[in-house]
Parts: sequence; structure tokens; C-alpha cells
Amino acid sequence: MKVAVLRFPGTWSETDFAHALSLVGAEPEILWHADANLRGYDAAIVPGGFTYGDYLRAGAIAAISPAAAELRRAAAEGMPILGSCNGFQILCEIGLLPGALVRNRHLEFRCDWVHLRIESERTPFSAELRGEILRMPIAHGEGCWVADELTLARVEANGQVVFRYTDARGAATPESNPNGSTSNIAGLANEAGNVVGLMPHPERCSEELLGGTDGRRVLEALTASRHIGTAPAYVQ
Amino acid sequence: MTGYVATIRVRPKAEVRDPQGEAVAGALRSLGMDVADVRTGKEIVVRFGAPDESAARATASKMGDELLANPVIEEFAVEVTPA
Repeated sequence: MKVAVLRFPGTWSETDFAHALSLVGAEPEILWHADANLRGYDAAIVPGGFTYGDYLRAGAIAAISPAAAELRRAAAEGMPILGSCNGFQILCEIGLLPGALVRNRHLEFRCDWVHLRIESERTPFSAELRGEILRMPIAHGEGCWVADELTLARVEANGQVVFRYTDARGAATPESNPNGSTSNIAGLANEAGNVVGLMPHPERCSEELLGGTDGRRVLEALTASRHIGTAPAYVQ
Repeated sequence: MTGYVATIRVRPKAEVRDPQGEAVAGALRSLGMDVADVRTGKEIVVRFGAPDESAARATASKMGDELLANPVIEEFAVEVTPA
């Protein structure tokens, strides 16, 4: 499986993602955003970082890069696309995912480990993982997901919430929410299910040396995915 | 073409919480000031050329729509003056 890993000015997780992808048997390739062509790839990753210094809003300037049009095209064709941390912010800014990510409610940058409950297996990154509780690291100052009430009701009803912050036993408590995110939402999908974003870093917990391997399961779900390039498979 | 200066003020929508504003309100209160509420935002000043003022206004609004503000969480106001 060929996976494109996008690099913008200020991206910092691309080599970690490429490494983690190679651990699960994928063939990663890092692509420069300005001339990114996603044709010929089976999936794409928008990694974390601080693209364009987070100027204006996190992800706002990356969202008008030529790569944004390419991501839109590939997403419409059903390509599995995963955005982590700043990549999640970029996908929201592009409009491929609903809502927006704003300053953490307590205003603190959080660098920590969190627990996440997998809420939906209707995506190539969570297939057969529903109900599992994963432990992953976070490192962000703007990870509080917000949306208007209608959007929130819609994503919950459609099963678009993929990851929710919980405690180690899977209870979504206020204490287990590291940034004040609405309904403890840590990550979600588009309506079709092929585009997924999450604030935590799966690539940073892909081998024992890093203190955890749960992130690998998200990438393994992708490489095991049988639905590559078939958008209708995800549509409800 | 005439030179114009557009001031685009971006602020969080009324229903969106502004934790930065809340922190500033707390800080002002700690200085002994009687503050009811604080909302923060940003001001972006752009110099550019346009055929006339209404075209300049339209261009500045387009800047707000397409990049400077995120309509999910923010609103913006535009002010245009000759440079």
C-alpha cells in the first residue's frame, strides 16, 4: 500500500509517520505540499506540526496550498485520508471535516498521554476497533473541537465521531478531556467516512520504545482495509 | 487604480467561547478594574490598489471570506479608507 505523507513548511511529524507506516508494512512517501500529486497513492496522511507558524489560525494558510485542492479531489474519490494534530486542524480549515479547532479551554498547551474510545468502525482507520480503548500522546494548544449545535447533532447521529477522550476504563468524563473539546470529541470523520482527523499522535506510539503501540493499530486498520479507493463502501 | 487601506477586524462569534478574553478579564480584575466581560480578536491591515472604493470593499470582504476569518467560529467587519 502506497501512502503519501504531506509536508508543508512547519510540518514536523512526517518522518515519524513515514517510519510508523513502514512498521506496518506500508510504503510511505513524503510529498512536498506545493507539488503534491496524490494520484497513484492508496491513502494520504496530513501530519502534525505548526504549518506556517500557526499564523492567522492553526492550519489556515496550509488550507489554501495547492495540496488542499488535491486533498479535496482525492477525498471525493474515496481515498482514505488521515490528519493528526495540525493535520486535523488543516482538514477542518479546508472544510473536509466539520467544525473547527480552537484554543484549549484552559489556555494551556498540553503534552500528555490520553485515553481514547473508538466510537465508530465505519472508517479505514478504525475498522474492527469499535469499543477499543487506546492510549496515545497529545501535544497541542488548539485542540478544542467546536461546532454549532446542528453540526454536533449531525456528526453524532451519523456516527462520524471516531475517537472520544475517556478515562482508562472508557468513561467520557470531564477530567479525561484534555482541552475542553465539545462532547469529549478527540477525532471525527467526514460523512463518507474516508477522511478522519484526530488531535492525538498515532505515529508517536507505534513501537514499545516510544512508550506505547496503540497508534499502530490505527495504521494497521488502514493497511488491512479492503475498501481502498471505493468511496461508496463508506457511505451509509 | 487608487491605493486603499482595508482594516479587517476578526472576532469570535458571539456563541463561541473566548478563553483568551476570559483570561484577560481575570487579569484586568486582578488589577482592581471592574470588568464585566472581555472579547478578543485580531485586526488585519491590508494596503492594496483598486479601481474605486466599492471594488476595494468587495476585495477586502473576499479576503475575509476566503482566508482571514473562519466562518465556523468567527465573524469579521471591514473598513476601507483611501491610502
